Amino acid sequence: MRPMFQRAASALLVTAALAAAPIAPGIALAEEQYMAVPSSRVGPYSAMGTGYYGGIIDYMTYVNKTGGVNGVQLTWAECETEYNAARTVECYQRLLTGPNGQKMVVFDTLGTPGAYAVINRMAEDEVVLAQFGYGRTDAADGRVWSWVFNAAGHYWSQIAVKMNFMAQVEGGVENMRGKKIVHLHIDSAYGREPLPAMRQIAEDWGVNLVEISIPPPGLEQKSQWLQIRRERPDWVTFWGAGSGMNATGMTEAARVGFPRDRMMYVTFGGAEEDMVPAGDAAVGTYVVANVVPGKDFPLVQQINEVVYGAGAGNLANPERVGTVYWNRGVAAAVMWVEALKNAQAIHGKDGQAVTGPEFRDGYEALDFTEEKLAELGMTGMIAPFKLSCEKHDGSGRFKIMQWNGEKFDIISDDFVAAPDEGFIRGLVEASAEKFASENGMTVRDCP
Amino acid sequence: MNPEILFFFEVLIGGLLAGVMYSLVALGFVLIYKASSVFNFAQGAMVFFAVLSFVGFMELGLPFFLALLVTVGLMILVGMATERFVLRPLVNQHEDTLLMATIGLAFVLEGLAQLVWGVEVRRLDLGIRDEPIMRIADATGIFVSVLDLVAGLVAAVMVAVLAIVFSRTKVGLGLRAVADGHGAAMSIGIPLRQVWVFVWAAAGIVALVAGMLWGARAGVQFALVGLALKALPVLIIGGFTSVPGVIVAGLIVGASEKIAEVYIGPYFGGGIEGWAPYMLAVLFLMFRPEGLFGERIIRRV
Repeated sequence: MRPMFQRAASALLVTAALAAAPIAPGIALAEEQYMAVPSSRVGPYSAMGTGYYGGIIDYMTYVNKTGGVNGVQLTWAECETEYNAARTVECYQRLLTGPNGQKMVVFDTLGTPGAYAVINRMAEDEVVLAQFGYGRTDAADGRVWSWVFNAAGHYWSQIAVKMNFMAQVEGGVENMRGKKIVHLHIDSAYGREPLPAMRQIAEDWGVNLVEISIPPPGLEQKSQWLQIRRERPDWVTFWGAGSGMNATGMTEAARVGFPRDRMMYVTFGGAEEDMVPAGDAAVGTYVVANVVPGKDFPLVQQINEVVYGAGAGNLANPERVGTVYWNRGVAAAVMWVEALKNAQAIHGKDGQAVTGPEFRDGYEALDFTEEKLAELGMTGMIAPFKLSCEKHDGSGRFKIMQWNGEKFDIISDDFVAAPDEGFIRGLVEASAEKFASENGMTVRDCP
Repeated sequence: MNPEILFFFEVLIGGLLAGVMYSLVALGFVLIYKASSVFNFAQGAMVFFAVLSFVGFMELGLPFFLALLVTVGLMILVGMATERFVLRPLVNQHEDTLLMATIGLAFVLEGLAQLVWGVEVRRLDLGIRDEPIMRIADATGIFVSVLDLVAGLVAAVMVAVLAIVFSRTKVGLGLRAVADGHGAAMSIGIPLRQVWVFVWAAAGIVALVAGMLWGARAGVQFALVGLALKALPVLIIGGFTSVPGVIVAGLIVGASEKIAEVYIGPYFGGGIEGWAPYMLAVLFLMFRPEGLFGERIIRRV
């Protein structure tokens, strides 16, 4: 009797739900596009994860509140990776198909270890891996890595920009001969990622390059900084991970009296969360930015008004709006949404959801001109760039900033380029071609 | 003096100073181990929980010393709650069960701290300068900061107090009896509950001090949880049950890892100080498994 009653009740509930669904305004009728958010909100990288993924979600909320992507509402599911490669793979599997049954079209791990863990699955699953200023550098060659992008620059262009800035300070490339640079890095693939480009430029310029590694988690760096004191370098490039390691780098520099205005931090060490814990020891430290922080950009102001004004913001502390990681997350999401618009236009699917291959076409068609940036309210926030079938890296340009104890001062009027952008591109292509031939990968013919 | 010799002494002193900081973290482990024969997996989480709460209270507007007092009170409460909800149900259970319980406790403390105070990285300004003392630098060429000296002094005072408590007081005697066997200790009238509350509260206060000194340099953040890994080789070398052993082992680990990193590291591509102390610990396990000052355990079979 009871099973029969349960079946009858279930049938009644399903019927009622189906009948009620069309009545709910704007929920079931609106076209949806599912996005995956593999966030890292707890653990040692939580400051970075809450800011970055907070920015992504805030921008998607903003888009939904202002009409969606040509009427398509964005939906998303989150999964906590704790910045752990194994968990990233688990999240990838879990997020691959969304709650609405759609397959994800883009994945952004916010970390090189996670990116390396999933990079080989992208072609098979037809998902775009949007590395936003991190990850595998030679994936910028779209002929080999057709599903992977580095739209916010990569570590080779970043290190080249830093060396270019050092040369400017020293009075020209010719004055770099005989100078000594210490590359102080976390002992991981991420820490060593810029070295191929850095070694080559150092050799070409006659710079003495010293490489010193820090075992993670890097809360203790005395021996490294004592070695630096003995080496007496002219510059230190710091490639740390996690605000504990990054802050300790500056406090240890202060302990051995190394001037902070001779230190250049990596993009993933160059945020407010890395500087504040170091207190006065951080003052003077240089960082580079692929996305400029600040609240004055019209887009940031609009998000503040539309999203946070309605109490729908993702950040627990709204004061973090406009900070380095939040602005970076917003810029990443802008690229997702613009790629989606492009995909709809290219494939004649205005107002409809797109598939992974269509989204990739849209991502490859990204063209952020000055006019486009102005239209988005992002002038000066990122450098203009254009992607293509073969060119999967962004501008490769960065702004130089310096911490003043309270906030970052932008000290370069324009985005700074690598001294020889063609040289960096050549390195990328040579590395990708080598990898493709070693691993039997198909090299695409790009028009 | 020959610059190379001077540099060696600088590395050595730097290592000793780092070692003192490791000892501070390891001290909390020893306290728990002495009273319950269990490796407290939650010690790193306690460091994080304690110092994050301290900074959180200051953010709420409490002055430094009041925030310190409130946090000490909070850590005593944590000790009492741990005894009531984690340890009391496990009296007379196997040590492995207690170990698993501390792993669970670590997750609870980590989650609770982040839930209450948020995940933002905080700055902790103790008002102690962490820049080279120029008078020492000019006279010897060696860079030492006031924070280094304060850390050394604090560690020395804490060790002295705890060593006296353990060896000269009834509480200390009770602690040692409890470690030998819960049932036996209770049968002769030792109040197990009070002993456990005392020792967990003391470990919590030690965690707070360690967290404040580490947090002043690296910021108050989740990465402090990982400090437990630095304490493990110190405990193996010093012995899990010896308070003075922790200090000596901390100095040995600090000095040896720095010397290894600077002089041997370059032959291995650097970054060896992460595993060098563990190599040393393995050597100790081979030749002196109870550690330098640990109790030699003899069991009849």
